[in-house]
Amino acid sequence: MIAFLGKRVLVAVGVTLFITFLTFLLLFVSGDPATALAGASSRAEDVEKIRVLYGLDRPILVQYAEWLWNAVRGDLGQSLFFQLPVVDLLAGRLPVTLTVGVLAMGLALALGVPLGIVAAVWRGGAIDRFALVLAVVGQAMPTFWFGLILIVVFGMMVPVLPISGADDWRGYILPVVVLGYYAAPAIMRLVRSGMIDALQSDYIRTARANGLLGPTVLLNHALRNAIVPLVSLTAVQFGFLLSGSIVVESVFALNGLGRLGWESIIRSDLPTVQAIILVLSGIFILLTTCADILTAWIDPRARMQ
Amino acid sequence: MKRNRVLSLCAGMALAIAAGGAHAGKEDDTLRVAFSGEAATLDNYKIAGREGLIIARHLFDNLLYKDLETNTIVPALAKSYRFVDDLTMEFELRQGVKFHNGERFDADDVVYTLNMVVREDYGTRYRIVVDWIKSVEKINQHTVQIHMAKPYALALEMLAGPLPIYPNDYFESVGANKFGVAPIGTGPYKLTDVTPGTRWVLEAFDDHYNSSPKGRPAIGTIDIRVLPEPNIQYAELLTGKLDWIWRVPPDQAGKLERRPKISVLSAPIMRIGYIHFNVNAGTEDFPTRKKKVRQAILHAIDRQGIADAFVGGASKVVHTACNPAQFGCTQDVVKYDYDPDKARALLAEAGYPDGFETELVVVAPRPQAESVAADLAKVGIKVRLNEQQYAAAADRWRAGKSVMIFSNWGSYGIGDMALITSNFFGGGADDLVQDAQLSQWLNTGDTATDASVRKENYAKALKTIAENAYWMSMWNFNVNYATNSELNFTPHPDEFARWFKSSWK
Repeated sequence: MIAFLGKRVLVAVGVTLFITFLTFLLLFVSGDPATALAGASSRAEDVEKIRVLYGLDRPILVQYAEWLWNAVRGDLGQSLFFQLPVVDLLAGRLPVTLTVGVLAMGLALALGVPLGIVAAVWRGGAIDRFALVLAVVGQAMPTFWFGLILIVVFGMMVPVLPISGADDWRGYILPVVVLGYYAAPAIMRLVRSGMIDALQSDYIRTARANGLLGPTVLLNHALRNAIVPLVSLTAVQFGFLLSGSIVVESVFALNGLGRLGWESIIRSDLPTVQAIILVLSGIFILLTTCADILTAWIDPRARMQ
Repeated sequence: MKRNRVLSLCAGMALAIAAGGAHAGKEDDTLRVAFSGEAATLDNYKIAGREGLIIARHLFDNLLYKDLETNTIVPALAKSYRFVDDLTMEFELRQGVKFHNGERFDADDVVYTLNMVVREDYGTRYRIVVDWIKSVEKINQHTVQIHMAKPYALALEMLAGPLPIYPNDYFESVGANKFGVAPIGTGPYKLTDVTPGTRWVLEAFDDHYNSSPKGRPAIGTIDIRVLPEPNIQYAELLTGKLDWIWRVPPDQAGKLERRPKISVLSAPIMRIGYIHFNVNAGTEDFPTRKKKVRQAILHAIDRQGIADAFVGGASKVVHTACNPAQFGCTQDVVKYDYDPDKARALLAEAGYPDGFETELVVVAPRPQAESVAADLAKVGIKVRLNEQQYAAAADRWRAGKSVMIFSNWGSYGIGDMALITSNFFGGGADDLVQDAQLSQWLNTGDTATDASVRKENYAKALKTIAENAYWMSMWNFNVNYATNSELNFTPHPDEFARWFKSSWK
C-alpha cells in the first residue's frame, strides 16, 4: 500500500511539473509576452523596456527554471499586471471559486444520486424518462447560454436574484445552479447504470430471498456497490467544475480564480497563470489521489489489486 | 410547531431574495458604472487601459488642465506658468491645496513625483509621456522649474494629461506597489474601497481645492465594477442597477435607446481605423511595393458604406494619416474616392490585370474585415484574413513580414497628430517606409513650439503620405454610452469620462 501511494505521489508530481512547463511554453508560443504586457498602442521602445525589466529577453528554459526554483521555495512571484504578490491575489480569489465549486458539486450530487436511484428502480417509467431528458438537456446546453437564460428570467423578467458579483450569498445562487446542473447528468447516469447492474446481481436476489426489506437492500447492498465508481467520477467532475468556473465567473462577474486565470492568459501575466495552473492542477491531482484511496476503503476488492 | 418554523424560515428567505437589489442612481446619490476590462494599478504612470486612467483622473490633479469645452489649457495645481527660455518652464504653485490624507501640496510633491517618473527604472509605461523632461527643480516652496531634455510641442498637453502629481510623504512611506492599490491625490474624488482589478468605490472629496478647473463634484459616491459579460451590463442597466456603461456596439445601442429611462449618447473619438501597407520592408516581393497597387486598394474599398453598416454613429471616412480633429491634421491632401473601375485600371497598369492573392493581417472586428475583403475581391484582389492579437500583429509588422495590416490607433486620446503620424512615419519601429525627409518633417512638427511651423511641416508630411498611398485611413471611431436618463453626462473625444462634471437631473 505504501509503495502504491509513493508511486502515485511521484506520478502526481511529475504530471504537475509537466503541466506547468507546458503552460509556460504555450504562453510564449501564443505571442510575445512583452508586447502583450505593454498593451495596445505601445511603441517598440516601451516593449523593449518591459522585456528587459521582467527578464523576458532570457532563454525560456532559464526563465522556467527560475520560476520553478522560486515556486519550490514557496515564492510564486509578483503578478506582472497587478504588481502585487501572486499569493495575495490567489488568497483573495480561491475562496470564491472553491465556494462555487463545492456548492455546485453538492447540488449535482443532491440532484444526481436520488434521481439515479429512482430512475434505476422504476426503470423505463415516467421518472426515468424525465431524468433522461434532464440529463440530455444538461449535457447539451452550454453553461454560458444557460447562465444568460437564468439572467433573463431571474434578473429581468422576475428580478428577484442578483445577476452579477457576490456581495452576499444570493449572488452565488445562479452560478451554483448553472454549474451544478452541468455536473449532475454524468452523476445521475452513472448511479442509474450502477444501480441497474447491482439490482440484477445474485447477491441482491439472495438478500431479498433472505427476507430483507426493500429500502435496506437498496441502500445497504445495492447503493454501496453502485457508488464505488461515483467516488472517482466526483473527483473528476470537480475538476471539470473548476474549469467550468472560468465561464461562469465571467458571465456572473464573480471575482474568482477562473476569471483571473482567463484574464491573465490574455494579459500574458506569466507568474499569475503559472500559479493558478499549479493550484488548480494540484487540487485536481490531490482529489483524484484521494478518490483512489477512498475507493480502496469502500471497496475491499480495490485494496486487493 | 416544527413545521411552522420551517415555513417561516422559507418565507424569510423568499423575502430576503425579493428585497434584494437596491435601485441605483439619484435616490442614494450613487453613480453605479461598469467597465468590461480590468484595471491593474491606479498608479497613473503605469496604467495601460483606459479604465484605470479614467479612475486616476478623478483621484489626481495635474499642474495644468485641458478644458475641452474651450479647447484651452488652463491652470490647475499651478496658478500660473511661463517659459523662462526654450528649454525651461517655471510654475507658480497654488497654495492651500490638500491631499486626501490631509498632506499639504507644495513644490516638494511636484519635484518628487516628476523626477521619479522620469527615471528609466521607475517603469513609466509610455516613455513619450516623460522623455522630454530632463529634471525638475525646486525654486522655493511654491515655485518649480521644469528643465526639458528637448523642445517638445506637446509639453503643456502632457502636463495637463498623463502627468499627475503624487504626495511625496505618503508615496515615500508606502512605496509604489501599495500606492497603486491605495492611491492618494488632490482630486475631486477619493478612493474609499477597492478590490484590486475589479471594484473601486470613490467618494467626493470635501476639501478639493477651490477654483479647481474640475469643479466641485455634484455626485456623492461613484461605485465602479468590472462586468466582463456585456449582456450582464445591459441587464443591470435596464433593471436600474447600473447608471453608466460605454463602448456599446451600434446594434445594442439602438435597442437600448428604445427602452424607457435609458439615454444613449454617441461621441466621436480620436481613434481611427487604418490599413498600413508594407512598402519596402522585408525580403519578399509584396505587391504593395508598387504605388499603383496601393492606390488601387484605396479606390477599391467602399469605406463609407462599411462605416455606415458596421461602425455606426456618425463615423466618417478619413483621408489623412491622422484624425481630422487633431492639431495639424490638414485635410488638404490627395483623396481617393470609392471607384472600383479606376482600381481595376490601376491594377492593370501595375501589371496585375487579373488581380492577385495576398494576406491581410486583421486586428479589427470580423464583419469590417470581411467587408474589406469582399470589396477587394470585386477588383480581383483575393485576401486571406489573418486575425491576430495586437501584440502578435505588431511583432510581425515590425519584422517586415506582413503585406498589409488592418487595425486602429487611438493616439492616447490626445488631440494632436504628433501622437499618430510620427509613430508610423517618424523613423521608429512601426515606420517601415523609413523616408528620411518624411521623418524630418514630422520631427520638426513634434518639437517646434511655433504652431505655424508645426502645421507647415505636418502638411508636407501628410501630403507625401497621401500622394504615395503609404497608408489608408478608414474612418473615425465613435463611442456609444448608455446611461440612466436621470444622469447629466457629457462625453468627450478623448475617451475620458468626466464623472466629476456629471450630476443628477
